[in-house]
Amino acid sequence: MSSTNLPIAKAITAGLRDAMAADDKVLLMGEDIGVLGGVFRVTDGLHAEFGSQRVVDTPLAEAGIVGTSVGLAVRGYRPVVEIQFDGFVFPAFNQITTQVAKMHNRTAGAVHMPIVIRIPHGGGIGAIEHHSESPEALFAHTAGLRILAPATAQDAYWMTRQAIECEDPVIIFEPKKRYWVKGDVDPDHRPELSPWEATVVRQGTDATLLAWGPSMPLALESAEAAAEDGIDLEVIDARSLAPIDYPTIIASVKRTGRLLITHEAPVVGGLGGEIAARISEECFYHLEAPVLRVGGYHLPYPPSRMEHAYLPDLDRVLDGVDRLLEH
Amino acid sequence: MVQLLAADGTRTPHAEFDAVLDGPDGAGGLATPERLRGYYRDMVMIRAADVEATSLQRQGQLGLWASALGQEAAQIGAGHASREQDYLVPTYREHGIAWARGIEPWRLLESFRGVSHGGWDPNELRTHPYMIVLGSQAPHAVGYAMGLQRDGVVGTGQPETDTAVLALFGDGASSEGEVSEAFTFAASFQAPVVFYTQNNQWAISVPTSVQSRVPLAQRSRGWGIPSVRVDGNDVLAVLGAVRIALDSARAGKGPVFVEALTYRMAAHTTSDDASRYRPSSEEEEWAQKDPILRLRRHLEQLGEIDEAYIARCDEEAHDLAMQLHHHIHGMEDPDPVGMFTHAYAEPHPIVEVEREQYLEYMAQFENDDDIDKSAEQKGERA
Repeated sequence: MSSTNLPIAKAITAGLRDAMAADDKVLLMGEDIGVLGGVFRVTDGLHAEFGSQRVVDTPLAEAGIVGTSVGLAVRGYRPVVEIQFDGFVFPAFNQITTQVAKMHNRTAGAVHMPIVIRIPHGGGIGAIEHHSESPEALFAHTAGLRILAPATAQDAYWMTRQAIECEDPVIIFEPKKRYWVKGDVDPDHRPELSPWEATVVRQGTDATLLAWGPSMPLALESAEAAAEDGIDLEVIDARSLAPIDYPTIIASVKRTGRLLITHEAPVVGGLGGEIAARISEECFYHLEAPVLRVGGYHLPYPPSRMEHAYLPDLDRVLDGVDRLLEH
Repeated sequence: MVQLLAADGTRTPHAEFDAVLDGPDGAGGLATPERLRGYYRDMVMIRAADVEATSLQRQGQLGLWASALGQEAAQIGAGHASREQDYLVPTYREHGIAWARGIEPWRLLESFRGVSHGGWDPNELRTHPYMIVLGSQAPHAVGYAMGLQRDGVVGTGQPETDTAVLALFGDGASSEGEVSEAFTFAASFQAPVVFYTQNNQWAISVPTSVQSRVPLAQRSRGWGIPSVRVDGNDVLAVLGAVRIALDSARAGKGPVFVEALTYRMAAHTTSDDASRYRPSSEEEEWAQKDPILRLRRHLEQLGEIDEAYIARCDEEAHDLAMQLHHHIHGMEDPDPVGMFTHAYAEPHPIVEVEREQYLEYMAQFENDDDIDKSAEQKGERA
């Protein structure tokens, strides 16, 4: 076996390197991604290996980075854009939602937009404002985009490869808090599981707990803690946030009769609400309880000395599980 | 401001521009009598199509029309200044550019009628889709130009194959942040792109003076991007400026900015009422600077146009307008299920499910039609 143990950040680096080696149309764009190797070092070594024509240190202008990527894609390139932090994607929001998402439709399929936008996301790292956000719902709402949220090193590697191969634009929300957590990666064997599918990572019978990206360790930890109280949780890693793999979630909820969704993003208008609505439609007669959500509050992300109270944690998830099982 | 044709059609010599207009040895340039007649015909044709499109909107055949009346020289000149291999990135009011690139007028009208969001294949015609979110196209143009650099088709010394990009935006869009970011990227990477502004004096109701306290052409100089300001109603000045700029860019000398001063003779769109914000005296003043009339006078001075040619152009323009009229009136609405086809390039389970739900929902009404028809037939029998 060729499996190697890599931190998530390095699994992404390996995915980028292998994608660039496989296709010379793949190029990287972003701030500080060249000589520095990115503020999280995800592109470390790639500038030395592939040069400044393929690892492009751009001016500090997110709309310009994404906007020039659109032109490069029209010309036949496959740009991979790094947005430095989640909170800095908004200067590019216009380009992502009115251009990247719509160009294929606008041209009736004549122009493809194989652009990957990598966004380190999520909180819990003690950062200053705009460095800890979870804006996935804002993009999941926009037709034309796809969104992946890897939680493991293996997914980080393969989702990077598969997003770059995809003919549609893909946003990858990378779990920045877990960049240095290691996991096994097998770069030689393409996984059978599609990147657009959810996966049951722990089987259980009493309730389903759905999470993604940086919330996955919390979900698994919650299941272990619940098991000590005799509650058997099934845990699903959503993996793809656009499209969401409903068949996998529905099948689980039909078995367990209960669903709790946890994400760092605010509950109001969040993806958990969309999933809850869909599950109530599809699983109405299987549900023993309303679908519950545990997430961020309807607030701007708080200063970091307060973020522990804002982010879902073990106690809040278990509290949600208790409320779910009261029914 | 560079002006080569005075209002009466008299041409003023200009060493740099004359070299591309008349060719290196006074022949083979962009301003041969035959080509001048061609530009005249193009301008007459596109004006007729434009006037017809306004009529079609008034007849309810188009949801909206954005007229380019008055900007014919600025567009036909720039369109023909580009070379076949160049990539053009327009806004939504570039009907003369589109005509010069071989896009049939009826294709332009698709989006204004509401049957599509585009109308042509950008790769086939080397022209980006019309852009409605103004300024958003400017970084696309720079990105395409960065792709050209990587493809090795810039600065090889072969102007027949070296390629450049023409990025178009108006005086209003020049205020958009993305235009500034496009300047930054183009300058930093010395991308082969020419920024081209038709300053038509008005951004709907707001005059250019609100967009900029200095001539727009000065703007790019802060980025180290050389610029030139030309009379946009003078087809020769536009041709010369844009060809020189594009050839400089394709030679690897970096971006250039060209500002063409022109005038939007009609309202912003068919939904606008220009009488609320600008005096008719201003429109009359600009009518005296009509770009088509100016070229005709020049050709008359050269003795290179006669009444028969002028009449033939008018006749062809009339025929084009009639063709457009019939084509649009005969255009059937697309089957709405087509809206599900191109949201994504690869299969998408949510879109597929919603498409099936739509078809199932619509199928109920097909049955209703059958019931209605059978009821009608029964009624007829009775």
